[in-house]
Amino acid sequence: MDGEGLDRVFRALADPTRRRIIDRLRQRPNQSLFELCAASVAEGTAPLTRQAVSQHLDMLEKAGLISVTWSGRTKLHTLESAPLQLAWEHWLGQHIDGKPAATEGELK
Amino acid sequence: MKIYVTSVLVDDQSRALAFYRDILGFEVKHDIDMGGGARWLTLVSPEDPTGTELLLEPSGHPAAGPFRSALVADGIPFTSFMVDDIEAEVTRLKSLGVTFTLGPMDAGTVKMAVFDDTCGNLIQIIQMKAPS
Repeated sequence: MDGEGLDRVFRALADPTRRRIIDRLRQRPNQSLFELCAASVAEGTAPLTRQAVSQHLDMLEKAGLISVTWSGRTKLHTLESAPLQLAWEHWLGQHIDGKPAATEGELK
Repeated sequence: MKIYVTSVLVDDQSRALAFYRDILGFEVKHDIDMGGGARWLTLVSPEDPTGTELLLEPSGHPAAGPFRSALVADGIPFTSFMVDDIEAEVTRLKSLGVTFTLGPMDAGTVKMAVFDDTCGNLIQIIQMKAPS
């Protein structure tokens, strides 16, 4: 991963709403914009507005953190964790010993 | 002032009638020839025959296509209907070949699901959750 790729990943992560979207997509792949917004209502946390989510999804997609597929005429979003792994290998990892305990199982 | 009618834009009124009457179970209230192939076609719920009517409105306006496509792309339903038992309704509709794009899922004060009306729209059904 080059410097620009790292920039895009860290910029994408530097927003609480985008991190929430990433968390939601980890729980369930293939979600539409509507489902992401509806789930935020069910969560009882700050609601995600459709316009905001739309822009955040674009930014996450440009950073390679989500992939898009179509189910019929509906656009679905799925988390792609490869850029996070690459950001770890190419920069973050050198500053931190070992991997965070919470993610060890998932990285095996 | 009262809300007496609400509309969904449909590709084809005859096909929409088949779906909204024969699959969803609504009943025709008015079917009036408006000329030029268009009908004033409204349905009501048999559970509420004097209630708000649903107008199946032709989607011929040039703006209707892009508008409805954008809603479907984002998974956003055009309108919403209420049911008493959403699990049973989803099972019933699926057995009739209806395609669901979402749910049933928890959405705070309601449970909801979204299906394709085959006339160019996604439609939401909800069940109010009992207050806890």
